[in-house]
Amino acid sequence: MKVNTMADMMMNGETPEILFWVGCAGSFDQRAQKITKAFATILNKTGIKYAILGKEEACTGDPARRAGNEFLFQMMAYQNIQVLNGYGIKKIVTTCPHCFNTLKNEYPELGGHYEVIHHTTLLQQLIDEGRIRLKEGGSFKGKKIAYHDSCYLGRANDIYEAPRKVLEALDAELVEMKRCRSKGLCCGAGGAQMFKEDEPGNKRINIERTEDALATGASVIASACPFCNTMMTDGVKNKEKEQEVAVLDIAELIAADLA
Amino acid sequence: MIQQVLFAALSLTAIWLFARKAGEIRRNIFLGKEEDFSGNRPQRWRNLLLLAFGQKKMFRNPLVAVMHFVIYAGFIIINLEVLEIVLDGLLGTHRLFLAPLGSLYDWLINAFEFLAVGVITVCVIFLCRRNIIKLRRFISKDLNGWPRSDANYILITEICLMFLFLFLNASDQALQLRGNPHYHPAGPFYFSNFLVPLFQNTSESTLIGIERSCWWLHIAGIFAFLNYLPYSKHLHIILAFPNAYYARLDPEGKMKNMPAVQKEVLYAMQPELAPADAAPPAHFGAKDVFDLSWRNLMDAYSCTECGRCTTACPANTTGKLLSPRKIMMATRDRLEEVGRNINQHKSFVADNKSLLHDYISVEELRACTTCNACVEECPVSISPLEIIAELRRSLVMEESNAPQEWNSMFSNTENNFAPWKFAPDERDHWTQEMAS
Repeated sequence: MKVNTMADMMMNGETPEILFWVGCAGSFDQRAQKITKAFATILNKTGIKYAILGKEEACTGDPARRAGNEFLFQMMAYQNIQVLNGYGIKKIVTTCPHCFNTLKNEYPELGGHYEVIHHTTLLQQLIDEGRIRLKEGGSFKGKKIAYHDSCYLGRANDIYEAPRKVLEALDAELVEMKRCRSKGLCCGAGGAQMFKEDEPGNKRINIERTEDALATGASVIASACPFCNTMMTDGVKNKEKEQEVAVLDIAELIAADLA
Repeated sequence: MIQQVLFAALSLTAIWLFARKAGEIRRNIFLGKEEDFSGNRPQRWRNLLLLAFGQKKMFRNPLVAVMHFVIYAGFIIINLEVLEIVLDGLLGTHRLFLAPLGSLYDWLINAFEFLAVGVITVCVIFLCRRNIIKLRRFISKDLNGWPRSDANYILITEICLMFLFLFLNASDQALQLRGNPHYHPAGPFYFSNFLVPLFQNTSESTLIGIERSCWWLHIAGIFAFLNYLPYSKHLHIILAFPNAYYARLDPEGKMKNMPAVQKEVLYAMQPELAPADAAPPAHFGAKDVFDLSWRNLMDAYSCTECGRCTTACPANTTGKLLSPRKIMMATRDRLEEVGRNINQHKSFVADNKSLLHDYISVEELRACTTCNACVEECPVSISPLEIIAELRRSLVMEESNAPQEWNSMFSNTENNFAPWKFAPDERDHWTQEMAS
């Protein structure tokens, strides 16, 4: 399966329906690459004409901006918007809620106007339209799945239902943590925390959140953000539960059950 | 007649004092930078109705919401009775509204008594929650000292005011029963009626004394309360309304843009666009209250220190120093200090202090995950996150004060276009593994 870049498409005189914004985690982080590949597999299977920017993609500037480095953010935004506008991009899908939030909410006033959707929303649409078909009695049938709300999807952008609707399609038993939806507890990675040690305290945030998840008795913790995925995976390892509990992105869950 | 003059003097003094302090607060709020919150009026009015009048966010915890609503409704509706009290006081009349309202009057006063008893009950429960049950957000060290007493004083005052109202009606009733012509037949009322037997053996002159004392203390108490508000967390009963009207309407995830930096980057990238006289901005982010927007400063005055933000904060929950409530309290404290400085010197005289460092520490700011839990929880539309973000901007861009890991993240982003140290050429390496 070949993944086309925008440059490839341009060369062949083609225009994709949608740009897949992979994000830095999805491009470089070994764990997150699996999410990227799962999502690309789904896109390939549905026959959607998509492309990536490839080497022309750069960090949206989200962590820099949230750490306080507005100059760096503006530089990254400027470059990305130049590239995106240069290709005349209209629609973007991304597997990272941080990229999603920045592209959707922060680029417009800098001159980057695109229709931006998160991959969970696209997956829900594709399932509703029947373009994604899942195996009968798939691998998650009857299993307990707890969905962890990503802050940048949930509170930041009011997307609570799409990921849950997608999970329902798996015929699994969806369980909720005591703190969920708009009350969902952060995994601890946002605001550039991913890139530094925790401040002094009595617990790491990802441990606190993993305890919420383990308390549900779920065998799968579903995430919709590569950073949440890392944090929850670390939490599960810390609790020595990696044999019993898997942390998987919603794209991975769907990809595993494609008919 | 003397009573009327005294009453007029008391009212005018109370209102004048309040107006003066309110003017000071307004001035302090507008020490903040301009920020445009006009536009989208229908949505703003809807927010005013739902968030302020309807207390929508409070209903995230329905039981507490209902209790809070009783105090709120009780307080607002019983203030209709205050209108009569004020007019009686000025005109020297007694129960002025009785004649024009007829039987409706008894119904109204009965309703007020119900509310008064409701308010007393809830205030007692709230005192228990704060002092006996000791909910985590109420025993937090954020509230040590004045803020904790402030909360208790308010509850106690409300209980006193409500009892004065009930005793006022009870003594009035007792005087009616003795046929005192000044006390027009009204009532008996549901709750104060139970108190009437207490006055069985009280002489008529003492009874008049009690009735007058209750009346005076009730209204004086209300005026005192009015003047206490500006110094208290209780100011939210006024500022919750403008704060809801000016609620932020953008998605919570959107950070405030810095057009000055945007322009500077644009001119660096496309020098041909730069005007010859482009002056760099004076400074970046917020170091002190002057650098925040008026909206942030109104937030600070609107905060009622309930601590829902801090309870929801992932950093605070896991024992970090950050408390969004403390961020708001510190901002208000600093702003009040600046206000006093201005009162004293006519205009602000540098005091070698700033919100950043002197009131809010680097460690607190560093702990924030920007998860918006505090913003989501706030019943009165405050954003502690916006202040945290502005202070972080000052730290990083003015002081180059960032942890080493962040500096690496910055340089990776700048040089490798990713926050980690990976070669940009590897960005699409994963596609090769898709080939199979």
